Amino acid sequence: MSEEIFLMKGNEAIAHAAIRYGADGYFGYPITPQSEIMETLMAETPWKTTGMVVLQAESETASINMVYGGAGCGKAVMTSSSSPGMSLMQEGISYLAGAELPCLLVNVMRGGPGLGTIQPSQADYFQTVKGGGHGDYKLITLAPASVQEMVDFVALGFDMSFKYNNPAVILTDGVIGQMMEKVTLPEFKRRRTDDEIREQCPWATLGKPANKKPNVITSLELDPYKMEINNEKFQAKYKQIEEEFVLFEEKNCEDAEYILVAFGSMARICQKTMELAREAGIKVGLIRPITLWPFPTEVISKYASKVAGMLTVEMNAGQMIEDVRLAVEGKTKVEHFGRLGGIVPTPSEVLVALKSKFDL
Amino acid sequence: MIQEIIIAGFGGQGVLSMGKILAYSGLMENKEVSWFPSYGPEQRGGTANVTVILSDNEISSPVVNEFDIAIILNQPSLEKFEPTVKPGGILIYDPNGIHRPPQRKDIHVYSVAAVDAATEMQNQKAFNMIVLGGLLKVSPMVDLEHVMLGLKKSLPERHHKLLPMNEQAILKGMEIIKEEQVPA
Repeated sequence: MSEEIFLMKGNEAIAHAAIRYGADGYFGYPITPQSEIMETLMAETPWKTTGMVVLQAESETASINMVYGGAGCGKAVMTSSSSPGMSLMQEGISYLAGAELPCLLVNVMRGGPGLGTIQPSQADYFQTVKGGGHGDYKLITLAPASVQEMVDFVALGFDMSFKYNNPAVILTDGVIGQMMEKVTLPEFKRRRTDDEIREQCPWATLGKPANKKPNVITSLELDPYKMEINNEKFQAKYKQIEEEFVLFEEKNCEDAEYILVAFGSMARICQKTMELAREAGIKVGLIRPITLWPFPTEVISKYASKVAGMLTVEMNAGQMIEDVRLAVEGKTKVEHFGRLGGIVPTPSEVLVALKSKFDL
Repeated sequence: MIQEIIIAGFGGQGVLSMGKILAYSGLMENKEVSWFPSYGPEQRGGTANVTVILSDNEISSPVVNEFDIAIILNQPSLEKFEPTVKPGGILIYDPNGIHRPPQRKDIHVYSVAAVDAATEMQNQKAFNMIVLGGLLKVSPMVDLEHVMLGLKKSLPERHHKLLPMNEQAILKGMEIIKEEQVPA
């Protein structure tokens, strides 16, 4: 039997994927353009089927602290929000990273700064991959470019967060959240039992057995020498993730004279730009970082000496371009094109920018 | 074959749901489909629009700036989207409420008096299906059979009793759409 194909929004896809993954809890507070995530979860009533908790908290601050509590019990818990809401969560995210707790965060970005607009944006790249909260920490960051990847990255994000005991983020935007595409959904997985969690997450605070010391989860360490050791441990883990978990997609780069570098929805738009450019006789390739942290430095570095230039295309004033330039190490010219505040560039607009930046 | 379509009008006219039914119809024909709405304050009563793409191959960008077909249901949308129709493309509009008809000479223009027809049918809600019927007449991108299946799939079961009325409305649209201009 062939798999059933659904037509749904990216936001709805996140909700269905979370239930099917066997997630234990979702805690969130509504904000456009991602409110359909919680709406869909509420409509699906998973507490009646898988036993998943879906709770509308009183604020984003409360949501992220509920995530901290659930994650501390070894449960697969998540929240979602959009840019201003994510800003409110940053303290909690730093604590989750400091306490090495797994969880899934979804940011469906909108135009900022401040309350900004409700239209799509990618201006939270820095906040997500450079540490929006305090301290030296990293978040595993996945950037889906289709509704199908919204589905797939829920499981991948949870799996990676549990593998490394580290929060994972799906960093997406209003385009992918609001658009409908065809998707197939994975099979339903049941939620883990408490015994399974005790076995897989021996650190979890699920109640103290009589013959064991209590598990303590905290990000606090008053002795700076011990805190330095904790930090060194985090850094070693981040290095390991950088070595083990880098995802990207490259298209038509082998013969390319110019490479577009774009993530998420912008990579889709740039794919069309690439088609238009090739029709016009300009050899353009595309690199799409899928993990934004760890960043796919190697592939960009590999092509740096082979092309006449790279153009990063982002719905922001130039954020990922810094990582591209670090990867390129001055070996080729790197330019940026972006629209700001909620405006989505069109494929031909990107082509015009490419031509003007490189005098084509 | 790829068809890039914009549907634009007032919020509440059924613009987004018409796009959705078209997308579902494409799904029923195993086409690749994307549906990208304007989701701003438009939903609360201003202008609303949705980009629907039906394609035999993978769809690269769900966001496009030129369209094969524009379906225009009010004056502000006509101003905004008439210039975005590809030369030789199709513009379909409902003359109701349009005080400055389309000006371009290099495109096909069709009118479908759907507001009047819906009033005649004593069913204002049939409006967007009449427009859809008009579209399918001039650009038969999906079979009526698959449209009905798509409609069934996109409507909650409690509304399935409305399917015959919707089919009637689609047929009405097919009947009343008028060619206004062929490209010069």
